[in-house]
Amino acid sequence: MAALLQIHEPGETPRPDEGEPALAVGIDLGTTNSVVAVSRDGQPEILRDGDGKALVPSVVAYAADRSAVVGAAARHLLLDRPEDVIGSVKRLMGRGVKDMKSLAGALPFDIEPADEDATGMVRLNVSGHRLTPVEISAEILKALKQRAESHLGGKVERAVVTVPAYFDDAARAATKDAARLAGLEVLRLVNEPTAAALAYGLDKQAEGLYAVYDLGGGTFDISLLRLEKGVFQVLATGGDAALGGDDFDHAVAEHFLHQRGQRMGATKLTSCEAKMALMTARLAKECLTNQDEGDWVLDVNGEQTRHRLGRDELEALIAPLVERTVSLCRDVLEDAGLTADKIQGVVLVGGSTRVPLVRRRVGDIFGQAPLDDINPDEVVAAGAALQAEALTTGSDTLLLDVTPLSLGIETMGGLSEKIIHRNTPIPVAKAQEFTTYQDGQTAMSIHVVQGEREMVDQCRSLARFELDGIPPMTAGAARVRVTFSVDADGLLAVGATEATTGVEAHVEVKPSYGLGEEEMAKMLRDSMIHASQDMALRLLAEARVEAGRSLNAIAAALAADRDLLERGERAAIEKAMSRVDVAVKGDDRGAIDKAIEDLEAATLAFAERRMDRGIRAALRGVSVERLDDGGEDAEEGAA
Amino acid sequence: MQAQMKQVPRSRPANDSRIIVCWSCKGPVESGVLFCPVCEAVQPPGQLDHFSRLGLEVSFDVDQKMLDHRYFDLQRHLHPDRFATKTPRERVLSQSQATSLNRAYEVLKDDLGRADYLIHLQGTEVLPEGCCLVNDRKLLMESLELREALAKAKTAVEVDALARRAAGDIETCVGQLSSMFADDDLEGACRLTTRLKYFRKLAEETRQAKARVAGG
Repeated sequence: MAALLQIHEPGETPRPDEGEPALAVGIDLGTTNSVVAVSRDGQPEILRDGDGKALVPSVVAYAADRSAVVGAAARHLLLDRPEDVIGSVKRLMGRGVKDMKSLAGALPFDIEPADEDATGMVRLNVSGHRLTPVEISAEILKALKQRAESHLGGKVERAVVTVPAYFDDAARAATKDAARLAGLEVLRLVNEPTAAALAYGLDKQAEGLYAVYDLGGGTFDISLLRLEKGVFQVLATGGDAALGGDDFDHAVAEHFLHQRGQRMGATKLTSCEAKMALMTARLAKECLTNQDEGDWVLDVNGEQTRHRLGRDELEALIAPLVERTVSLCRDVLEDAGLTADKIQGVVLVGGSTRVPLVRRRVGDIFGQAPLDDINPDEVVAAGAALQAEALTTGSDTLLLDVTPLSLGIETMGGLSEKIIHRNTPIPVAKAQEFTTYQDGQTAMSIHVVQGEREMVDQCRSLARFELDGIPPMTAGAARVRVTFSVDADGLLAVGATEATTGVEAHVEVKPSYGLGEEEMAKMLRDSMIHASQDMALRLLAEARVEAGRSLNAIAAALAADRDLLERGERAAIEKAMSRVDVAVKGDDRGAIDKAIEDLEAATLAFAERRMDRGIRAALRGVSVERLDDGGEDAEEGAA
Repeated sequence: MQAQMKQVPRSRPANDSRIIVCWSCKGPVESGVLFCPVCEAVQPPGQLDHFSRLGLEVSFDVDQKMLDHRYFDLQRHLHPDRFATKTPRERVLSQSQATSLNRAYEVLKDDLGRADYLIHLQGTEVLPEGCCLVNDRKLLMESLELREALAKAKTAVEVDALARRAAGDIETCVGQLSSMFADDDLEGACRLTTRLKYFRKLAEETRQAKARVAGG
């Protein structure tokens, strides 16, 4: 099998002048930290900085000129210039203002006053700039891209980016947009627990049923997978896209602030003070992993207070959060129709699984000590890198994932009618028929939501689709067939056709928490990337792939049916082929397209003769394939 | 290259072989073939029944291991991950192939889905639950009785007993469905499928009840 994978199609064979084909990287874009890795020959390598550090803190500091510093350097600035520094933006991807969590009434983010798009994605005020979480994430991705480029000594333009399995459509789309802004083509969005399972399974040659418990800085995922001979099949997934180590920090900070309030009376925090309080709480939490107790100092309004915290107290503070993950684990087992004793191993992923209480409780639910022999901070990036290699150079492994949340549409009375149920394997498509309720109605609006609850307002609003161009008919006569499809990235697309006339209805998407196409285009224009040049290069690459496909197809057809051509005809086709070959070596996309077009024209008669022969063979009851396989013998027999 | 093609699993209807044009090399291909035998380009999924798509006999008795094996084998060749660097047209075709495959797998791996689908293939549909219940007095009485018992259940032990009852009935239904389909007893199969639907729902409700008694 390995030898077969080496065969390149004509258009894909790396040409000598191109040097080594560009590598695609794997990126774990985390709430607290991010990691980039690359895989060669099935061996993932985590890319580290000069000090050997793999983790890039997902923190960005902005200067007045809007230039950004990312990572550890940005985190250091938090102490001196908290108003210029922002972290944990992953929690805001595809979110609205009302999703935000405050600390003692103050937000650790400076939100732009809600304006005309109060329901749209939040805008943050950092260092006087009005920024979306997408733009801030793009800065982190740019830094990771740079790290990869300096390691690999060449351009890096393609990546597999991981997302929490429980991320909804809006958050996934926002992540893909951020990559685009950073100049990265996303080959695939892979779910974090699935990426971890891939790295773990390939490394340990694991087979059987496995659970991946992934508690990161801002998100929690629990996935159950079946691992079998290179197949990674997700059976069920569950989680909470807003539950993570940050919430532990919140609980501790609230506790400190409550103590402080009792001693000195309540004070309202500024967003900078909230950021600092959360940082202190985080230090306390981390220290208490190895230490039984400690003292921490809170600095609010110029007055310091000292707080003592023991591990028992910490565990009491975070217990309700940990219990929520336990109950989500039970739910997902139930969804998969499995009991805990069927699970062969539990893999721990994410920095928050270092908390002793978390480990104990995970051990309790699954009745076994969890596996942690791969660094929980790096395993997701390693899996993403493996998948990036698999997508670009071919592979025998197979990732079969599911959609984490049910997809529904709003019906009468604000109810959600489920169209695609959670844990359905992706890609998936379902069609639903709608009708008009008024005579001559030519448009309708469909509200798509994601979530498990019965009522639409308790689910997450994804988008409103306006269908127009429905032919006017009497009420109830039009039958509009709407197709909802979720692709391998977990992203939704909608198409609509009026069934009785075949007229395609126009679908306009108004994402509830996303960025519109126009807004995205503006950001691309404003970004450092020259969007138009970028686009031209992409189109050129696509034209080359298409030329390769076309040459390959004609060469195969010539090999199979060359007897259908006179010598002169064959020479004409070969000449057209060599013109495509020449065009591909140049940089003129128009020339490539034209050469392909000419080749198609030159082979028109040939194609007709091949079809004739195929149909005649079918009428004689000979399968086309037999005829092709034994083509030469048959000709000889006839002669 | 040819050697690789030989390993590609095929799913093709035995009776309905139509010749269509390969979109890539413009040569003839039989509809339902996954890859063009000449240029190897991926083809559209076509109109295949779920059994043919997975290369299985049309039957209620499906070997789950065999089903998984066929499904994985086909996905290995058709999943969009195999087409990430191919032309946009090939990526779209791969997505629709993988979508059809997932749909077929989801229907066939589930006893109820399979029963419903076999009846559908015979040109009949199992009526929605409510309509059929009224026609089946025995099931109607049973359903009223069990639902009442579930509503009254206060302890985990009581709910568990009902859950076991539902699980047992589901197993019996599946066993009987197998012989009904084998004997071509369509009417009997319809009746049992309705029964299976009902007990599936009851099993689901016992799960919710379990959470209720545990919480209360």
